[in-house]
Amino acid sequence: MIKLVRPLVLLLLAAAPAARAQQVRVVKLPALQQLLQRPTDTTYVVNFWATWCKPCIEELPHFEQLRAKYARQKVQVLLVSLDFPSKLDAKVRPFVQKQGLKSRVWLLNEADQNAYIDGIDRQWSGALPFTLVLNNARQRRQRFEQPLTLAELEKAVLAAQAP
Amino acid sequence: MKKSLSVLFALLAVVLTVGTAFRFAPAEGGYQVGDKVADFKLKNVDGKLVSLGGNAAVKGYIVVFTCNTCPYARAYEDRVIALNQKYAAKGYPVLAINPNDPQVAPGDSYADMQKRAKDKHYAFPYLMDETQDVARTFGATRTPHVYVLQRTGQDFKVAYIGAIDNNTEDAKAATQRYVEDAMGQLLAGQAVQTSSTKAIGCTIKWKKKA
Repeated sequence: MIKLVRPLVLLLLAAAPAARAQQVRVVKLPALQQLLQRPTDTTYVVNFWATWCKPCIEELPHFEQLRAKYARQKVQVLLVSLDFPSKLDAKVRPFVQKQGLKSRVWLLNEADQNAYIDGIDRQWSGALPFTLVLNNARQRRQRFEQPLTLAELEKAVLAAQAP
Repeated sequence: MKKSLSVLFALLAVVLTVGTAFRFAPAEGGYQVGDKVADFKLKNVDGKLVSLGGNAAVKGYIVVFTCNTCPYARAYEDRVIALNQKYAAKGYPVLAINPNDPQVAPGDSYADMQKRAKDKHYAFPYLMDETQDVARTFGATRTPHVYVLQRTGQDFKVAYIGAIDNNTEDAKAATQRYVEDAMGQLLAGQAVQTSSTKAIGCTIKWKKKA
């Protein structure tokens, strides 16, 4: 047993410096819905992406920049990967590590797209990338079925926060 | 009273500003199930123009907006080929349409389409929607995106819109085969029960505005 644990600990220690990127949390739909329905005056920027989606990868830096810029405000960035759960270790985790993503990353562990797309947003067709910018206390919900620039994201956040 | 009115106006102003901040994909609206489809002419990989009305023998079409580059479209490619094998002889051939702008998605050029159709022995047309007008008219948003059309007299009407099945990763593990179910019902002269579904896919690569 000890024989087994030691290399594991060493491995963990070795991996520690690289572990500053976000861990990927695997969630089911209700956990995501709960977050999307929080009645707080926090603006949530929720981006749906996948490692196989080129325009998604290209726009990820904008979400990272947005997170850094609004870190002191009530703005939360969440990146929801729609990669297949079977690709978590092979694709998603290495990608998040390599990019050093600082935003929170979840992977949605649901297979029935026809059910979960409407469960996230009825106006979403299912095309990626897709971004929701919402503030439930202010009853604001904006949807973008297209890649966004940092300027477009900021505009959406400001609209969501406006008094 | 005055105060509450001005509050109301302020609220209205906010609603209006936020309203204008809403933006949707270019393909807003599009066909719904039951709508009549406007015919179109698109260039096939063999250089010939193909239209819906051009084949008097068909009872309908399985129109699939798809492309070379999207991993989800590729995951369904063999299933699209199988749909054509199963339903072309029954009067419903596949009509594959690539709506992507090759400037944005270089692997989706006409030459790349020709190569893909040849390599995979497509037995159905693979059409280039160069202006993206057909995708826009249909309201297609992603690849793959299926529209089953049924002939009624001289017209074609939309009988089903959506996904092929409910498991992208593993065709064998799919528990719902939406297009096959719809086809079975159409061929039996019945109404399509699940006539609209949603699925994850790649956003159509719309032309960048000049």
